[in-house]
Parts: sequence; C-alpha cells; structure tokens
Amino acid sequence: MPPLSPRDGDIIHIAPELAVGEADVRSSEQGERVKGTSLGRDAWRRLLRNKLAVFGLIVVSIITILSILGPYILQVITGQTPDYIPSDAALIKSFPPFTAPDGSFSWRHPMGTDRQGRDLLALTLQGGQISLMVGIIATLVSLVIGVSYGAISGYLGGRVDSLMMRIVDVLYAIPYLILVIVLLSMFKSQTARGQVILLFVALGTVSWLTMARIVRGQVLSLKNQEFVLAARATGVTTPRIIFRHIVPNTLGPVIVYATLTIPSVMLTEAFLSFLGFGVQPPMASWGSLAAEGIQNIGIFPWQLICPGLTMATTLLSLNFLGDGLRDALDPQMRQV
Amino acid sequence: MSTNGNLLDVRELRTYFDTVDGVVKAVDGVSFQLRRGETLGIVGESGSGKSVTNLSLLRLIPEPPGRIVSGEVIFQGRDILKLPEAEVRKIRGKRVGMIFQDPMTSLNPFMRISRQLMEITQLHLGHSKRQAYDHAVKMLEMVGIPDARVRIDRYPHEFSGGMRQRVMIAMALSCQPELLIADEPSTALDVTIQAQILELIKTLKEVTGTSVILITHDLGVVAGMTDQLIVMYAGKVFEQAPTTELFARPGNPYTRGLLRSVPDPLDQKGTLYQIPGQPPDVAHLPAGCPFAPRCERAEDICRREFPPFVQLNANHHSLCHFANEVYAESSQTSAA
Repeated sequence: MPPLSPRDGDIIHIAPELAVGEADVRSSEQGERVKGTSLGRDAWRRLLRNKLAVFGLIVVSIITILSILGPYILQVITGQTPDYIPSDAALIKSFPPFTAPDGSFSWRHPMGTDRQGRDLLALTLQGGQISLMVGIIATLVSLVIGVSYGAISGYLGGRVDSLMMRIVDVLYAIPYLILVIVLLSMFKSQTARGQVILLFVALGTVSWLTMARIVRGQVLSLKNQEFVLAARATGVTTPRIIFRHIVPNTLGPVIVYATLTIPSVMLTEAFLSFLGFGVQPPMASWGSLAAEGIQNIGIFPWQLICPGLTMATTLLSLNFLGDGLRDALDPQMRQV
Repeated sequence: MSTNGNLLDVRELRTYFDTVDGVVKAVDGVSFQLRRGETLGIVGESGSGKSVTNLSLLRLIPEPPGRIVSGEVIFQGRDILKLPEAEVRKIRGKRVGMIFQDPMTSLNPFMRISRQLMEITQLHLGHSKRQAYDHAVKMLEMVGIPDARVRIDRYPHEFSGGMRQRVMIAMALSCQPELLIADEPSTALDVTIQAQILELIKTLKEVTGTSVILITHDLGVVAGMTDQLIVMYAGKVFEQAPTTELFARPGNPYTRGLLRSVPDPLDQKGTLYQIPGQPPDVAHLPAGCPFAPRCERAEDICRREFPPFVQLNANHHSLCHFANEVYAESSQTSAA
C-alpha cells in the first residue's frame, strides 16, 4: 500500500501548536514589517554612496548614449554624414576646435576637423561606437568562456581541474599581444567589418584566462557548501548544479572583473588600431583616430588630443565604476 | 520488492578517505537494517562516521578523496552501490529525502524558495511549472509555514533558522520518499525550535508513513523518537539495539559512558560525568579495541585484539570483549 499521500488536493492539518512556534512567528512578523532588502538593492545603495563610482557611471552613460545617438543627431543638425568631406578646395582643410573655415569662432566643429575636413566630433563619437562595442563584446566572449571553463574546472576538481588549469597556465605564458597580432595578421580580413569581428574574437579568446581563474577559485569554495550537497541529494544533475546553483553565486566577483575588463580590452583595441592591426578605414575607433592624429601632431594637435581625451575619460570612468562595484558587491574586501 | 520487510539493508559498508595522513577509515564495516515505517537513530561523537555512513548510502561522498571500498546498500531490493549514476540520481530526492544539519547554508542564497522547492518535483515527478508551484505551496503549508503563498517567493535570507529547516523538510518530503535521512536536523537550532522541528518530523513521519534515519549526538533527541538505535564509534557499530532496551540495559562500556554523560537536572552535586580522553584519530587506529584507551574496564586483551560483535539477545548486539558482563551488570542496575 502506498504511503499516505499529501498530494491529492488535500491539505494535511497538523496540530496547531506544532505549526509555528512563538519565535518563528515573531521573526515572521518582523519579516512583514521590515521589508527585506535584496542583495542587488543593497549593493546599489552602497554604489550610490561612492562619489567616484557615481561620477564614473554618469560619464560612461553619457558617452555611451552620445556614441550611439550622437552621429545621427549631428547628421540631423548639420545635414552631413560623419564621413562627409567638404568639396570646396580650402587650402587648410583641418580647422582647430570651434573655428570656422575663415578663422572666426563657430559652433560648427567643436572638436575641429581632421585632415580631410571631416568633423572630428562626429568621427570621435562614431569611433566610440566601435571602441565600446569591442570592449563590451570581447568582455562578453571572455565572460561566457571564462565563467563556464572556470566553473566546470572548479566543480569537477581533481585531475580534470589540474589539466584545465595547466592549459590556462600555458596560455598565460604566451604574450597575449603577440598572439592577438599573429591572429589578426594571419586571418586578415578583406573587409573592414570582418576585421572588427576578428578583433572581437581575438581579444575575447585571450581575455578569458583571468576570468576562468577567478570563477574557479569561487567555485572551489562554493562547492563544499551544504546547499550544493543538498542539491546533489535531491538528484539534480551536475551541469544543472554548476550553472543553476553555483554560477549565480559567483556573480559578484564576475561582474566586478567584467567591468574592469571592458576598459582593459578597449585599451588593447586602441593600441592595436594605433599600430594598424585593428580597426581599418573606413571604420574608425579611438585608437585609429589617434593613429591618424599623431601623424600631424606638430600642426594639428587637436586631431590626437580630442579622441585621446575622450578615450582617457571613458577608461578612467569605467575604472572608477569597476572599483565602486567591487566595494559595493563585496563589502568584506573593503575592510582588508 | 522489499527483502523480508526491510526497506534498507546495509551490509558491511566501508568508506575510506585517502588523505596525506594515510587512509582514514571513516566507516568500517557498518551493517544495519531498517524496516518500513521505523525510525532508526544513529548516535556517536563527532567524527564517529555517522554522517559519512548516510552520505555513502546515496553515494554522495566526494570522490576523490573518499571511496566506498566495499559493502552493499540494498534499498527496495536493489544495491545502490552497484547502480549506474543516473539511476542513483532517480533515487536521490525521490525515494530518499535528506535534511542537513545547518539550515543556514543548505538553501541556495541566490534562488527563491519557490524555485528550490519546484526544482525537485519538476525533476522527479515531471510536474509542470504550475503544478510544481502549487505542490510547493502545499508542502510549505504542511510543514507549518504561515502565509505560504506569500512567503514562497522570498529568498532564504528572509527566513529564520527554524523556518529554513521547515523548508528543507518540505523539500525532502516533496516527492513522498520512502526514507527520510535527517542528519542532525536540530543541532544548529535553539532549543525551543529544536523541539518543534523534531516534533514536526515525528508527525510527518506518522502522516506520510516514511521511514526515518535520524543522526544525532543528542541522546535526548533519539530517546523519544526512534525505534532502533545504533551507537557508532571510530567508524564502527559499537552497539545496536531497540531504543528502550539500549537505554535500560546498555551492553557496551562506551554506551554506558554516553548515557552517564547526559546531564541530570536532579543531580544535586552538579558534576557532569564525561568519558575521559578524545575520540581516536581514525587514520591511526590502535591494534585492539578503538575505545580501549578511554575505557574504564579495558584489560590487556582489549589493547591486543579487536573485540567481537557479541549477540546479547535476539536484536541486541555489542562490540566488546566483555559485552556479556557489561550487559549483566546493566541488567542488575536497571532491575535494582
């Protein structure tokens, strides 16, 4: 005979004195009155208390929005696309910031123009699109690879872990810039778009190593927690335990490291583009704009300074934001 | 399906751990039977192998370093130790539910209670989301959590310790298992909640008809709840008897020591008896009886030879050279 079933639509009433004790009731009443704060809300409050982080957040948001919408807004205002080259054969095609072709003050080109007379502000904003995209997509690639790799390695442990981590060690030992340069020149794409995609892949595949190590370390300490044992004891499969139970618990450090990866990837991208390996014309990034600017730095310094400053501000803000997030998500770290 | 009315038949179970210090024989030749609807208590000091025994039953020992060396765990006529992993997973949570010691850590802090409760029935009973949710609410009501429908979508940190243990019990009983293993379910809770939780387990056992294995180091807990009792020491079963018999007429010096160590509120002198010495290091056990160095009535033979497992009557066994003598003495004192 099957054991008595609590399933078939009937609620089993237990003696009321067993249902909930006094202490339980008290704490549950408190639960009603004091609205519990979630981890996210708590971290958000701590983040807002950090002035530098808020500054970073605001600047990054502004630059991101301007990069996405800016070129179109400028196009509406001036009626020119960012790659519009003035046809009039003026002797000097590059104007300093806020200068009209005749030398008087003008709002027309707040960042001046480049060698061919294109508006530098529009170009910088458009370059920002590429730079931010490279940073974010390469970070996402590293996030997916790094988190899965680290989590699997840490959870399985033993020989699998040793082998997987030795692979990471070997890859670490290879100077990654050289690896990226080799990748980029080996699979040199014919189109500019192809080159950008190649850049995403190349930067993503080398930047997951640290992420994998961080996640592995987290998983090593998490997998011995009782809730993992409890999940195993209820028959949950290994992949599900790794990705549904453990990985969400590593989110804090992962988010922090990811925000700090974005600026470092962007810097690498700029560096590669500056050397001519990265983004190719007609596409532009902050790195390739700076590379063009440096050729005439003696005569037209704004061609280097404007995209350079924009990039520096963005990277600095991202770093502030990352530091703030670390403090907000990991309050214990801060006291150390 | 069952073998002579036994739900669970454990024979000569041995679980060893390979450590730098040598092989730790955490469980060394443990045998016991559990009949349908019965409650079995396992008592012993910390490190006596209680928990490892029960983790071994469901093959939840981390391998490496642990390994189940030999033995049989016959559950409903099938040897769990010989089943493929996928089959064992179907038993975990569905046929055997487990409750762990620390309710603070045995729930995943990143998952809502509802999701954790739903996971198990979706997995084992093939419930749809809707069904699983309703079932989860019903289970929470059954374990006496008020406003279950509201609370079910909370996170574990919004619950008190006692409520979390109730959630764990609800989770363990979701699929109506034939066997519930409770590994020190009340140790981490304060005394009033302890009593409630134990009372709840007792009631639910009667309502659902499941068998229970209750692991504890609190003799007071097992006294009122169990039918059979096993006393473990250094990975071995030292004494096995029906609970009333074991309390009245212990047949082992160790059990006698344990019973004498229970605080007696009526004792005016107020000195608490304790067994001298420390539990042995199971990696380096002495040749003879593992309890000999701490035993009051140890003689040369105890230090030389491993004691026999003496049968004192139909269902009372004791691992001691002088089991019969000790048993006779206890019979006298209890008669007097």
